Amino acid sequence: MKYTEDHEWLRVEGDHVVVGITEHAATQLGDVVFVELPEVETLVTEGDEVVVIESVKAASDIAAPVTGEIVAVNESLVDNPGLVNEDPMGAAWFFKIKVDDLKVMDAFMDEDEYNDLIA
Amino acid sequence: MIPTLPSLGGWNLPELLQLALRDLHLALGARMVPFAGYDMPLHYPAGVLKEHLRVRQAAGLFDVSHMGQVILRPRVTYADTARAFETLMPVDVLGLAVGRQRYGMFTNATGGILDDLMFANRGDHILVVVNAACKAADLAHMTAGLSDTCDVVPVTDRGLLALQGPLAGAALGRLVPAVAAMRFMDAAILDWGGVALWVSRSGYSGEDGFEISVPQTALRDFAEALLHQPEVMPAGLGARDSLRLEAGLCLYGHDIDTTTSPVEAGLTWAISKPRRAGGDRAGGFLGAARILHELATGPARLRVGLRPEGRAPMRDGTRLYANEAEVGLITSGGYGPSVAAPIAMGYVTAAHATLGTVLMADLRGKMQPVTVVAMPFHPTTYKR
Repeated sequence: MKYTEDHEWLRVEGDHVVVGITEHAATQLGDVVFVELPEVETLVTEGDEVVVIESVKAASDIAAPVTGEIVAVNESLVDNPGLVNEDPMGAAWFFKIKVDDLKVMDAFMDEDEYNDLIA
Repeated sequence: MIPTLPSLGGWNLPELLQLALRDLHLALGARMVPFAGYDMPLHYPAGVLKEHLRVRQAAGLFDVSHMGQVILRPRVTYADTARAFETLMPVDVLGLAVGRQRYGMFTNATGGILDDLMFANRGDHILVVVNAACKAADLAHMTAGLSDTCDVVPVTDRGLLALQGPLAGAALGRLVPAVAAMRFMDAAILDWGGVALWVSRSGYSGEDGFEISVPQTALRDFAEALLHQPEVMPAGLGARDSLRLEAGLCLYGHDIDTTTSPVEAGLTWAISKPRRAGGDRAGGFLGAARILHELATGPARLRVGLRPEGRAPMRDGTRLYANEAEVGLITSGGYGPSVAAPIAMGYVTAAHATLGTVLMADLRGKMQPVTVVAMPFHPTTYKR
């Protein structure tokens, strides 16, 4: 598992990168009440805002951590946004991106580095 | 993607003021945020959603000690003071009975709203409760306008708690049995083991409940006594905001301000008959020309309830369109936990204010339908 400074977690699955938000981010957001996902097959560039996430407190975005093609989105979040609070590191993944070269993953933080960031 | 917190209508003063109950909030696990110059609990570990629903089902305790409490103590007669107070508000002060409280608003010379407030007739004086962000300006405004008739005295040795919810009466009644006899908008001084509590049966959640002014020396003990009642859970600003939005109540600085008149804001119910055209004491308040004119002819724009289609909340600042022309603006919006859907309020031109009108909202560049609906969004349970 890798982590971004924007509190996303990234997990490699074949040539796909699965993206979610960390427990820390979910706690900070509070109760999530709305999730808007990108369309499958969308080509995204690193930094593009691809997900809108609203909690009872605020609206936030999730940016694409890497450049690639969205190959899957977690539709269950649309009907059950609260899953983001219940299982942020597992069942509440947001989307999967197909990347050309998994080497881009080397740039991200490991768990220890991320824990230092939020400490 | 660390969330930015919504502005709740306040502003940050250079130095953040601390609540007297700060240690209690921290011990309860509160997440604190700056609001109206104070470091305030946004929510406790249960979270905004659970706190909101608890207030709808049982009772929640809010620390609203940031609000301003002011006493108007007559120099000569109560009636003189009441009449002078009527020059600042389009509201019937003189006719308010002893032991009763009323909603009002300070207007400016152009008919806008300087602040909204509650005031109570306490026999020989008036108790006023104003918004935190406006309290310094309100104090100056009252001092300038009323000093000929009364002393304007800020109450600095008391905190203010709001116990809200259908079981608030049961919980508070165990500590102060006399509250059982109170009805909505009654105000009384009641004893709690030798401590004089200033209690009103009112609040800002749309539920039955009480606001209780407590001497600082007894504030923590009293708050803890309430929290020990099985019905009661601490609740923060987040739940306070979603509750008042569902109840269709205005947040000063968002839904009402110095440019909106009470008529535009749909607060005409608070403009008492004696102060309207043809009344005993018609006019004679700041901004009367505009306000009486709007009462007679109808305002150009109106505050309305709005129900966005779909699940996406529409926040403050979202623009509203009809046939591609801009016709309004959302001033408060979010997710209504008891409605289980997004809700909002805002201003639209009178032609588009009819219930059932469908407008388009510009949500991050995408046009989404939103329907004009009646408020409150959730039925109120005031004990009338």
